[in-house]
Amino acid sequence: MAAESLETTPSQTVGPFYALPDGLLWPDGPDLVPEGTAGAVPLHGRVLDGNGDPVPDAVLEIWQADAEGRFDHPNDPRPGTSGGFRGFGRCGTDPEGRFRFRTVKPGPLPTPDGATEAPHIDVTVLARGLLNRVVTRVYFPDEEQANATDPVLGAVDEDRRSTLIAVADQDGLRFDIRLQGPGETVFFAL
Amino acid sequence: MTQSTQSRSESGLILPSYRRDEGSHPPLDFAGYGSTALRHPKQPLQLLPQYLTEVTGPLLGHDRVGETDHDLTVQHDGEPLGERIVVSGRVLDSGGKPVPNTLVELWQANASGRYRHSGDRHPAPLDPNFSGVGRCMTDGDGNYRFVTIKPGAYPWRNHDNAWRPAHLHFSLFGQAFTQRLITQMYFPGDPLFGQDPIFNSVRDPKARERMISRFDLETTVPEWALGYRFDIVLRGTEASVFEDEEEDDD
Repeated sequence: MAAESLETTPSQTVGPFYALPDGLLWPDGPDLVPEGTAGAVPLHGRVLDGNGDPVPDAVLEIWQADAEGRFDHPNDPRPGTSGGFRGFGRCGTDPEGRFRFRTVKPGPLPTPDGATEAPHIDVTVLARGLLNRVVTRVYFPDEEQANATDPVLGAVDEDRRSTLIAVADQDGLRFDIRLQGPGETVFFAL
Repeated sequence: MTQSTQSRSESGLILPSYRRDEGSHPPLDFAGYGSTALRHPKQPLQLLPQYLTEVTGPLLGHDRVGETDHDLTVQHDGEPLGERIVVSGRVLDSGGKPVPNTLVELWQANASGRYRHSGDRHPAPLDPNFSGVGRCMTDGDGNYRFVTIKPGAYPWRNHDNAWRPAHLHFSLFGQAFTQRLITQMYFPGDPLFGQDPIFNSVRDPKARERMISRFDLETTVPEWALGYRFDIVLRGTEASVFEDEEEDDD
């Protein structure tokens, strides 16, 4: 029997009021690992608009593998998937457009066609003025070799690749997101 | 293995593939909605293959949902003002399969059209008995149910005399990063549809209709609350002609 085919429900903006008290922003939302976890990485940055002004009403969601490159999920068919690592973080931006997560660097990942993906984090950006989420990826600056052979990075124009690679600074890893304009971040269609 | 629901690697890694659905969604650049002007990417989106990170996703569970989170009318000492409504429906994927045990989040303005948020300047009363936030999990058949009050319309400054139609915000995860969806549910027959650029940013009239709930007498609670049905469809995995055979193979 042929499977039923339905059209999907359209996306709409998250608006500015996702941040209602006890709403989308959970107290533990930005923390994928507890404070003091070995290898924990602060991932922080700003969301900026086409004028370079901060976007104070965005919410970012991140999704990633654990340090061994495993997902605790039925669609990860590999044996020995990680137990308990949430892999998901959610953080609203502050009036200066800043966000901050505490996570660990994920491991590299195999692809079905035999390549290896460099460690990366998938990012969803939602905001007033975004009628659909936009999606980007964070790569790591200390993975030069893995980044050089990553199939996703490799398909991005060389002069824009740096928008996907975090920068090490005194506070951890910085990843600024420019929605538009000079240095516009590379966004992906899924 | 015949074709296309899955791709196999030399190492035996088999991943599902989620159907693309760009025909449903509004463009990121929509002149009528002023806030898109400086926020839409101008460079073309790059196609992201559906690898492990994309076909997995957070399976946020029952520990995120409190006992009364689905009922926005009992979260305070007193009852909120406004028209009580029950909103229920199913979360399905585009293959028609229910999406079970997935977190559904809802947020909304109160009956006078005001959000309990410091940024909301609309001079309409706040309701001490209404927070406007709800959560529930779908059951094994993808059903969800909320009890709340009908939100009011409210003015915003997008254009001259702009008013948002009454709406509920919905947040859904599905089972995979590809399925993440934020949408809004509208009410049938709203006189404000014609002038609302957020609703009309969805260019296909049939797609717009998919955001409008249906009044449903079966969902009402007699002598107590009106009822609306709102089914939500997320992306499904690619179906192939031979899907049933493939499933048999597993």
